Amino acid sequence: MKLLLKNATVINPAQNLNEKNLDILIDNGIITEVGKNLQQTSSDFKIIDLTGKIVTPGFIDIHVHLREPGREDEETVETGCNAAANGGFTAVACMPNTEPAIDSAEVVEFIKKQSSNHLVDVYPVAAASLGRKGEVLSPMAELKDAGAVAFSDDGVAIKSASLLKRALEYSLMFDLPIIEHCEDESLAGGAMNESFNSTLLGLPAIPNVAEDLIVMRDILLAEYTGGRVHIAHISSANAVNMVREAKKKGIKVTAEVTPHHFTLTDDAVKSYDTNTKMNPPLRTRKDVDAIIEGLKDGTIDCIASDHAPHSIEEKEMEFEYAPNGIIGLETSIGLAFTELLHKKILTLEELIFKYAINPRKILNIDIPLIQRGSKAELTFLDTDLVWTVDKTKMLSKSRNTPFDKRLLTGKAIGVVNNCKLFYEGKFTAI
Amino acid sequence: MPLSSRHLLGLQSVPKEDIQLILDTATTFREVLERPIKRVPTLQGKTIVNLFYESSTRTRISFELAEKRLSADAINFAVSTSSVNKGESLKDTVRNIEAMKVDMVVIRHAAAGTPLMLTKLCDANIINAGDGIHEHPTQALLDMYSIREKLGRLEGLKVCIVGDIAHSRVALSNIFGLKTMGAKVSVCGPSTMIPKYINELGVDVIYNIDEAIQENDVLNVLRIQLERKAREYFPSIREYIKYFGITSERLEKNKKDILILHPGPINRGVELSSDVADGPYQIILQQVTNGVAIRMAVLYLLGTLN
Repeated sequence: MKLLLKNATVINPAQNLNEKNLDILIDNGIITEVGKNLQQTSSDFKIIDLTGKIVTPGFIDIHVHLREPGREDEETVETGCNAAANGGFTAVACMPNTEPAIDSAEVVEFIKKQSSNHLVDVYPVAAASLGRKGEVLSPMAELKDAGAVAFSDDGVAIKSASLLKRALEYSLMFDLPIIEHCEDESLAGGAMNESFNSTLLGLPAIPNVAEDLIVMRDILLAEYTGGRVHIAHISSANAVNMVREAKKKGIKVTAEVTPHHFTLTDDAVKSYDTNTKMNPPLRTRKDVDAIIEGLKDGTIDCIASDHAPHSIEEKEMEFEYAPNGIIGLETSIGLAFTELLHKKILTLEELIFKYAINPRKILNIDIPLIQRGSKAELTFLDTDLVWTVDKTKMLSKSRNTPFDKRLLTGKAIGVVNNCKLFYEGKFTAI
Repeated sequence: MPLSSRHLLGLQSVPKEDIQLILDTATTFREVLERPIKRVPTLQGKTIVNLFYESSTRTRISFELAEKRLSADAINFAVSTSSVNKGESLKDTVRNIEAMKVDMVVIRHAAAGTPLMLTKLCDANIINAGDGIHEHPTQALLDMYSIREKLGRLEGLKVCIVGDIAHSRVALSNIFGLKTMGAKVSVCGPSTMIPKYINELGVDVIYNIDEAIQENDVLNVLRIQLERKAREYFPSIREYIKYFGITSERLEKNKKDILILHPGPINRGVELSSDVADGPYQIILQQVTNGVAIRMAVLYLLGTLN
């Protein structure tokens, strides 16, 4: 079957494309024509009218926990990919804190196999150390050959400066980044950000200097080794400033932020709702303002959700005992449009950089092109659609979101990739 | 005039009128405790569960006694003998308790926010008997009652809370309650045990115990929880005693008249020297008696609200 997208505004900053009223013809998963007033030439056609809508290169979320292997009760590769498609993503990078960890070629291949028939491409991030224990380097070259796109001990920072130094040096051979969850182990372990709110709430707290210390350590080691560090889920004002200064010096450091860290402050924790518990924790207004500055001036390269599914019973525990993390794939773009586009913090083109172009550059993945002969990997956006988050309608296996019932403006309404279309809630082969 | 809330979760947002009402009601019950027959039929037919997830002797006994003095049916649910050890979640435990048609739940839990969580899980009136390092409202109420009983007022008094402020639910509830009642509150302790953002609560921080003694009408001295992590926050007990321990020499050197409270149990020779703990300035045992009256007042006011 062929697919004809009609009357879309097509934007791909990677090829200087921004044009209204374009039609895109897709045949067998390949773009065969981009132009005006393309006509239906046979009956075996599906036509989608995208008047007033936007078509961009497929969005990618480079910080997702798919939980398989190990916690298939919370998410599987398949349900995570379904959630990604529903959220507007054609690709995800999945983190290695699975059980077993993604620290062998076999696990990388297993995850690739689990996703091989899906619309959504899955790029595994492998563990930087065996078992994410911070003792011995993982077989990084072999992991890369199996399909790993980065290395991380995610959930924790690489334990010692010496192991991080070695990982950065070793990764120089294949120019893949080390993704760091920046948190000093000896200052970790709290349930929320250390602030006036943590004093009021009587919750054990994590100071933002726990993040800053490791961000600084990692920047210094990136500078020293020439390796690449990507700061995951940056959340503190100081950390944003350090990344900005490092970039000015030409140090190879990049950073991502989650939608919850630019949308919420630790005021949200006052409800003791365990869906406001994540790591790094929600910070203060000052931190959110610094993040917004960092998004504007390019210090923060991309937006990634840190999609972290947890079972209902785990999140129904006492706040201090509940696990960290929230699901984010299906609210990410809506929050970014509501909080950044409509509040005039970022333009649509800048958002496309942060969702489609910069994250792929970080992971050395080709950026999809919207031109004749290219593989069709697209996201459809309706920037003005007003919708209400309904966790019961999500495709993720888990329901742990603090954004249920929130009114958002802007949504991804469809995706195309791997000869498949997801549109109006359904997957169709095209 | 009834209380403005059907739960007592903490003193952070309890208005002055409510605190006043609880203290005044406790005065009546305090008198009951002096009678030969110390029981009134006020809560007859009401069932109250004391849900204690954390070991406690005096608070649990004080609540239990208050419940019995009010003729309520009191049930103790202690962790060691319950199905909690079999891995039952708090949610299931509370729903089971509610299915037994309980009117009020008194909860003590090591995790902050658990009493609030309970209000969402069941219909009973919830009373916080201490949640983590968050609040312990009945302790602060009995402290305020005891101060008022002794000094006749709270308004305008200068009260200093001494010890491990950062890990104390008693400190936070006292700060909220005393400030609402118009007292001037300060805290004194090792700087590692003072929360970084305490100033935003409108309290002064004093690091010198002599200064704290000189400048205040009341010292509320907290227990240094040697069994908890507190020990990591100062170099040695010896150093704590030397710089923050309250001894009679120190009291005499600085001031003649001061009121000393302690929520108990005391580490004799640590935060209070033995002669101070037994001396003329302290009202530690009156606090214990008043605690029963305060809890009777809270139970009565909440239990007759509906």
